[in-house]
Amino acid sequence: MDNKNYYSNLAVSSAPHLVTNLDTQKTMLMVLIALVPSFAVSIYVFGWNVIVLTLVCIAASMFFEWAYNKLLHRPQTVGDLSAAVTGTLIAFNVPSNFPYWMAIIGCFVAIVIVKQLFGGIGKNFANPAITARIVLFISFATQMTTWPTPSMSTVDAATSATPLGILKEGGGELPSNMEMFLGFIGGSMGEVSAIALIIGGLFLIWKKIISPIIPACFIGTVFVIAFIYYAIVGGDYSALHMAVFHVCAGGVMLGAFFMATDYVTSPIMPLGKVIMGIGCGFITMVIRLWGSYPEGVSFSILLMNILTPLIDNLCLKITYGGAKKDEK
Amino acid sequence: MSSSAKHLHSIDAGHYKNTAGCETEVMPIPDIVKISMSQHIGAPCKPLVAKGDTVKVGQLIGDTDAFVSAPIHSSVSGTVVGIETQRNAVAGNDTLVVIETDKKQELSEDIKAPEMPEDLAGFVKAVRESGLVGLGGASFPTHIKYNPKNIDDVHTLIVNGAECEPFITSDHRGMLEDTQDIIDGMKLIVKYIGLDEAYIGIEANKPDAIAKFDKMFAEQGLTNFHTFTLQDRYPKGAERVLVYEITGQHMAAGVLPADLGVILSNVTSVAFVGQYFKDGIPLIKKRMTVDGDAVATPKNIIAPIGTQIHDVIEFCGGYKAEPKKILMGGPMMGRAIFSDEMPIVKNNNAILAFSGEKAYLPEETACINCGRCHKACPFNLLPTALAAAYERRDAEELSRLQVMQCMECGSCSFVCPARRPLSFINKLGKAVVKEAGVK
Repeated sequence: MDNKNYYSNLAVSSAPHLVTNLDTQKTMLMVLIALVPSFAVSIYVFGWNVIVLTLVCIAASMFFEWAYNKLLHRPQTVGDLSAAVTGTLIAFNVPSNFPYWMAIIGCFVAIVIVKQLFGGIGKNFANPAITARIVLFISFATQMTTWPTPSMSTVDAATSATPLGILKEGGGELPSNMEMFLGFIGGSMGEVSAIALIIGGLFLIWKKIISPIIPACFIGTVFVIAFIYYAIVGGDYSALHMAVFHVCAGGVMLGAFFMATDYVTSPIMPLGKVIMGIGCGFITMVIRLWGSYPEGVSFSILLMNILTPLIDNLCLKITYGGAKKDEK
Repeated sequence: MSSSAKHLHSIDAGHYKNTAGCETEVMPIPDIVKISMSQHIGAPCKPLVAKGDTVKVGQLIGDTDAFVSAPIHSSVSGTVVGIETQRNAVAGNDTLVVIETDKKQELSEDIKAPEMPEDLAGFVKAVRESGLVGLGGASFPTHIKYNPKNIDDVHTLIVNGAECEPFITSDHRGMLEDTQDIIDGMKLIVKYIGLDEAYIGIEANKPDAIAKFDKMFAEQGLTNFHTFTLQDRYPKGAERVLVYEITGQHMAAGVLPADLGVILSNVTSVAFVGQYFKDGIPLIKKRMTVDGDAVATPKNIIAPIGTQIHDVIEFCGGYKAEPKKILMGGPMMGRAIFSDEMPIVKNNNAILAFSGEKAYLPEETACINCGRCHKACPFNLLPTALAAAYERRDAEELSRLQVMQCMECGSCSFVCPARRPLSFINKLGKAVVKEAGVK
């Protein structure tokens, strides 16, 4: 009676049978798109070398990722574009005249030592780009702190100090807050323009790639601490002026929107993100105001990266209750 | 009772309601039906017929004395040609009564509209005899649901018309085509259980259904019956989510709706109650959506229970491409079956057939800790932490992280950019907790 052709070898899998389009690769692509405004301003301020240095860093990072996976016979992850994001961020964290070979060492540190040796994407405990910046900063202090003069500057010199450097060591006039907001100042190539980074950051928030909690808490904490400090200490400028100055200066914008929000090395739950953001802002300002370095964003993010597992654990305990005691 | 201002986390899983405008077509009687004896949660029924018996439409062919069970009736008239055992989609075997149909569809002499029962006990007895199970998907015998232990505390009926699963439109069609049956069912339930109010929760993407109920409630003077517009997001039709959205009360896993004063029933179940007390025909046919890229003409159909999926697809123009995956139910919580030889059961609300790429899930990659799963979870669970605890088979940690609260709605798996089967891992995690006996 049953002479029909049945399909009896169908695919079976557990539900759900439908997934969103957004995968890791598309997420990383969004981050790259969000970095474009800052990239454009950087080219305008520092010239064409910005493009070359960025491409060198992306190529080196992707090569190290590819080669490491190849040598260790691991699944190839270069296609997820996370290495491209790391490479771009490393380039954004160095001066535009930074020697290529040093930048390539930075990429090696980020991809091989910080990321792959700990198990590759998703397993690194620290942000690769931030760690690379710190390694480069300590290893090549001179090259890392020799910033080319912006193209629109009236100063007749090949190099000039960053606003935070001027603030710490003196030796010049602080730029206006508007110049800092637009990015027409000396500094690492991708971090000079606050407005460009804010545009990119808002794009990521709009696309729901990042949560606004960490950037808001980070920037807010920097603003509040600077405001209180200068309100008490006083100085040539008003407390409000200096609070805006600190928010726009150095790596706060780049750090808050693009580095502290790195999924892998930031807490997963909203409460944890609040702690992360406030912690980053606090450590940044402590280093800037009382430390010996003019800038503290990278150290603050690295320290909070290390605390992330503890923060996550704390949030889990708060949300779901502590471990069960023996009920006897 | 007012709407809660806050919503539980939800996702946009897409709608794909391709068949929302397709009026239901009644499928002709197939040559063969295979009626499963396990169409409900609980004890399977024992066949009451043997090979060679002739059966009529509506005749009782399976029953059991077990408390959690519902009887099974023949959907066709014809001759029993065998009692088969078939592997089912879960992990066991089902007993199937195979009937060769005579296409005359002679009604059994037992069928007559039930007399209006005098009290709740009579109502519940009639509901059991009708063979009704929860048609929203859980297939829990309805007569148990309608007879809560705390009968004095329940005050509100919530009818689930959310239908948040992508693709499925059968409940939507039912609300438009069987509106009066649904209202009659609601009236009966409210009357016999002694409830004060009734809500029908419908997602905002079905404005025609909402408008129709509003109009008919007003016309018939049903001032204690209300529509409730839900967000058109997934999973608003999940029992615990729906109760929260309408009453503002959190319903933890293991808590019954009745504990919160609510009787909750799927819209198709309620429509059946309304119909059964008019004509007395037990649950022998079912409306369902047939869709998916392998189906030539997607439709909404009414098919006799026991119809093989192959015949259902045939009625919808056959396959237009080789099927690689067939789902009973929606893509978020539906079950993938291994053969289109399997028959329709009572709680089927969709048959979806997919070909090619769509049939396979993308490959899993490493977790990037983005937290989307946590933001998607209606109950605020942390699937990444649950998955890590599962990998260690750590029953205590799984229990501490509330794995038992997971209702396997699949939202976490849906949003995961690394394509991890988080929802499935939770299912396995629950098994670990149960096995270890951790409280």
